[in-house]
Amino acid sequence: MIELRDVNKWYGHFHALKNVNLSVGKGERIVVCGPSGSGKSTMIRCINRLEVHQQGTIIVDGVELDDQVQNIMAVRREVGMCFQQFNLFSHLTILDNLILGPVWVREMPRGQAVDLAMSFLERVGIADQHNKYPGQLSGGQQQRVAIARSLCMSPKIMLFDEPTSSLDPEMVKEVLDVMVELAQEGLTMICVTHEMGFARSIADRVVFMDGGEIVEESPPDEFFSNPKMDRTLSFLDQILH
Amino acid sequence: MTLSVFQPAPDLPPPPGQTGFWRYVKEHFFKDALSSVLTVLGLLFIYSIAGPLLNWFFLDAVFVGDAKACNRADGACWAFVGAQVQLFLFGPFPRDILWRPSLAGGLLAAVFAVTALRLVSVRYMVLLWCALVLVSYWLIGGGYGLQPVPSTKWGGLTLTLLLSVVGILFSVPIGIMLALGRRSKFGALSFLSTAIIEGIRGIPLITIIFMATILLPLFLSDGVQLGTVFRVQIGIVLFSSAYIAEVVRGGLQSINRGQYEAANALGLSYWQTTGLIILPQALAKVLSPLIGRCIALLKDTTLVIVIGLLDFLGIAKAAAQNPEWLGFEAEAFVFTAAVFWVMCFGLSRYGRSLEKIGADKNH
Repeated sequence: MIELRDVNKWYGHFHALKNVNLSVGKGERIVVCGPSGSGKSTMIRCINRLEVHQQGTIIVDGVELDDQVQNIMAVRREVGMCFQQFNLFSHLTILDNLILGPVWVREMPRGQAVDLAMSFLERVGIADQHNKYPGQLSGGQQQRVAIARSLCMSPKIMLFDEPTSSLDPEMVKEVLDVMVELAQEGLTMICVTHEMGFARSIADRVVFMDGGEIVEESPPDEFFSNPKMDRTLSFLDQILH
Repeated sequence: MTLSVFQPAPDLPPPPGQTGFWRYVKEHFFKDALSSVLTVLGLLFIYSIAGPLLNWFFLDAVFVGDAKACNRADGACWAFVGAQVQLFLFGPFPRDILWRPSLAGGLLAAVFAVTALRLVSVRYMVLLWCALVLVSYWLIGGGYGLQPVPSTKWGGLTLTLLLSVVGILFSVPIGIMLALGRRSKFGALSFLSTAIIEGIRGIPLITIIFMATILLPLFLSDGVQLGTVFRVQIGIVLFSSAYIAEVVRGGLQSINRGQYEAANALGLSYWQTTGLIILPQALAKVLSPLIGRCIALLKDTTLVIVIGLLDFLGIAKAAAQNPEWLGFEAEAFVFTAAVFWVMCFGLSRYGRSLEKIGADKNH
């Protein structure tokens, strides 16, 4: 489903991704963790080309990401993304945020898009807020709207870029619950997150990055109980207290 | 273990004297010694100028009558404005076909009302304004079945409104395109837009108006004849576009990168992202300076006087030189100022009402 081969990326002189290799199969759930600045966000943002890699190959759902606009658009149509800062369109109502993609990208009739949007809002538990604006919702609600917005595009792959990092503690769970539900339905997911409980319960593999490299990649049981690299161990020591 | 149930304390009314009119007056005008002194001084000042102004404007003013009646009175001569109202409104336009600019003015008022009351969707609003421009030009200029009136005969409030309405309608979209061009990732486009913006901003409007009337014909091929007003119109639009471009660019820069990223991640194209996500937010943020530019344009149209066009201000000057009504320049200019003020204030209020819609979304 997703194939990264020897991917390298630089910001000016800073080498942000170093020979990253990752292969994600259909329905796999990957959790990416690591200290800040380790390149986790950069890596998943390369997968829908919000960032451009300079060397190596990225193939998503059979389409290679290169400079061709059609390829980039084709990939973006099939890959949903949730951001740390939600990034809802603040001038549109919740419902309009959700139907934008289906109506303009999938060219779905408006009525049908509204039905679809309402069904997803129902699922994330905020259908009653559909006429409000994003600024009127709590962080947790906004992130659930953002997830629903991505789902309205019926993506084959979902990318989560630290979806709970900017939430108040009492709102983290409501977002994680939605994500767990998605994981259980077999959606292909890559999550950058520090929620280790989430990683332990749903991840097929945990990828640990540091300094732009993938340091270790293993199933959660092994990752948490028996890490192979000392760098992984010291990271786990830092965050599991 | 049993849990006790938490009961929030009930809301109580504020203590007396915290709210109401007298509280407001005390809070804003008599908060301390300094504010009380300033309030009293302010009232004295208003009192001292209110009397003479009231006398001149209303009590001693002549509303109906002729020049002789006016000369006998101490106050303003509003009869002068009444007697020359046709001149103020239409300038030297042929007197037998005044229905044409009147109808154009009526249509303008109707379309403005439809816009201000938000009776139709934005798409129809744009169509309506475009149609208004075409119909107004036809009604005023003639041709296609109507008797042609050369643009040297257009004048008064008609000319001012034509120049400013068309100016605003064209310079806003052109300004937006220039702003987008300046921020484009294509170097050539960005360079060209920047050159146009900075080039125009470096030239005074008067110079541009002179250039439009004198230089523009040199660039056009021989067969093409553009009316004076049309050439000035192009100059005004270019001038205003450059400023609007910079205002809009400020708005574009204030949009969080996350909005672009979220739109891209959804698969929206550049134009979809720009038109549906970025511009609506950017324009909402710069609404106040944008309306400011429109007001500036409206007032700047008075500069067409330098090439001999008699706009509303120019006609006021001409009216004051009418031999029958000599010596009423003050009235002419006060009347002009009042009409300009009403138009600008209307624009300003419309802008405020749009701002309010935006503000409601965030609360």
